Amino acid sequence: MDLNLRNITHRYDEVEVLRDINLDIKQGQIVCIIGPSGCGKSTLLRMIGGLERPASGEVLQLGDPPADCLNPLTYIFQDFALLPWRTVEGNISLVLENHPLDAAAREEIIADVLARTKLSDFRKAYPRQLSGGMKQRVAIARALSVRPAVLLMDEPLSALDSQTRELLMDDLVDLWEKENYTAAYVTHNLAEAVRLGHKIVVLSRRPGEIRDIVEIAMPLSDRTSENLELEAIQKRLWNLMRDEARAADMELVDER
Amino acid sequence: MSDKSVEDTLTGKPVPFRGGGFLPRPKKIVAPIVFIGLIAFWEWGCRTGFISPLILPAPSEAFEAFMNLVNTGLLWQHLAASLQRLLIGWFSGTMLGIIVGTLIGLFSIARSGLQPLVSAIFPIPKIALLPLFIIWFGIGEGSKVATILFGTFFPTVIATYGGIDNVDRGLIRMGQSFGLTRMSIIRKVILPGALPAILSGTRISAAIAIILLVAAEMIAAEYGIGAYILIAGSLMATDQLITGVAILSCLGLIFAWIIGRAEKYFLKWRA
Ligand SMILES: Nc1ncnc2c1ncn2[C@@H]1O[C@H](COP(=O)(O)OP(=O)(O)OP(=O)(O)O)[C@@H](O)[C@H]1O
Ligand SMILES: [Mg+2]
Repeated sequence: MDLNLRNITHRYDEVEVLRDINLDIKQGQIVCIIGPSGCGKSTLLRMIGGLERPASGEVLQLGDPPADCLNPLTYIFQDFALLPWRTVEGNISLVLENHPLDAAAREEIIADVLARTKLSDFRKAYPRQLSGGMKQRVAIARALSVRPAVLLMDEPLSALDSQTRELLMDDLVDLWEKENYTAAYVTHNLAEAVRLGHKIVVLSRRPGEIRDIVEIAMPLSDRTSENLELEAIQKRLWNLMRDEARAADMELVDER
Repeated sequence: MSDKSVEDTLTGKPVPFRGGGFLPRPKKIVAPIVFIGLIAFWEWGCRTGFISPLILPAPSEAFEAFMNLVNTGLLWQHLAASLQRLLIGWFSGTMLGIIVGTLIGLFSIARSGLQPLVSAIFPIPKIALLPLFIIWFGIGEGSKVATILFGTFFPTVIATYGGIDNVDRGLIRMGQSFGLTRMSIIRKVILPGALPAILSGTRISAAIAIILLVAAEMIAAEYGIGAYILIAGSLMATDQLITGVAILSCLGLIFAWIIGRAEKYFLKWRA
């Protein structure tokens, strides 16, 4: 299943947030979206997942999601969004309970995703007992449990410390190697973008317009740290973003 | 491994400690000591004539009155009558309060229609409405239960919709993003999220129920702790009055303890 964004424009009252966004998200591709603070990245992602309606334009689903898919467009949130009153397995079973699955099938899915995210030992733990990185792994397990066609990630690693970030980044890469998931990945972090993105979309400051789309052909498994080619791309992205970011920063200061 | 250069300079002085404090912890033995100390002082005051018996009866006299209640078997009759009123009134008030509070928390129409009404009626002392309750619900149990029900209903409504308003919007959006039905989101996300606020609301409403018990039993009640206190008051039998008040206070402690247990159980997911 592919996604196609057509002429998306959005405004909150008087403020224009997004302007004329056209974008393809192809199956098996990770599309990273970067841009300065407040340029509308999260808004765009909410629109892709159907949590918000654009003022004009549309998000099209091309083709059908796979038959066994329970929730085609699935989010992984920056703040994890785990229910504190449910255990790890309870949080995963929450999103399965609305589907016509018998208890055994549900149990099988839960055991499977927990094993894939290396969380089997923490089934009965409550979120408060887990570190940030583990909480995000639970959120990833939860997202995988509904067999999504497209993963929508809004700065999934921003709330974590840099070591945990590295580890989870490796997990995401491994997972992609195995399953070739499709994803839209919003981030502030250029290193994450070049590590994970097949396609990197650079948005301008508000109103967010597409400044540039950079495609990286190099396979994810080859993208080690200290790779000269990637560093060059990252530098290019930074050059694109620097002025926008500076201007966006000043703008916010003015407004307050 | 240690830093040699630091170890060699022995002339330093320790950094003065200025953290800590601001963290009151309940110490188990203190409360009984205060209680017993106070009552002992009171008894001593009465015995020595330092406190005139006209002002305050001695605790031993109050205890005598209490034993009298126990021996005549009247205690159980009073307690049963009061507990029945308390539990029925408090339970139905709380249930209705949770339902109405949930409606206000979830639906714009309920919010715009009922919230101002609740704010308008909440501060009215329910005792002032007693004559109306008697006309509406009769002189029997109805008006007594209604007084307690009305009294506990409003704080529960306010606690419930306040709790719902404070549920993390991110969790609700998560539920929507996974395609949970509206009912599931209410049942599994919103209500559990509001539960801490609802439970602390029941603490307040339980206290209000006991406060209103005396008012409710002003209405032609033969039995009941409130009625006992009122009769004692009108006869200036201060020893019985103190006994009745102490029983009410014990009821309050027991209710608070039960709610505390419920909180421990239902909110064990909190740190
Ligand atoms: N519900 C809303 N109502 C009004 N304005 C909003 C709303 N949501 C977002 N905005 C505004 O729209 C703009 C874009 O917000 P958005 O959260 O999409 O930016 P972002 O690129 O994700 O920013 P960040 O990098 O800080 O996460 C911001 O200026 C924000 O203040
Ligand atoms: Mg954002």
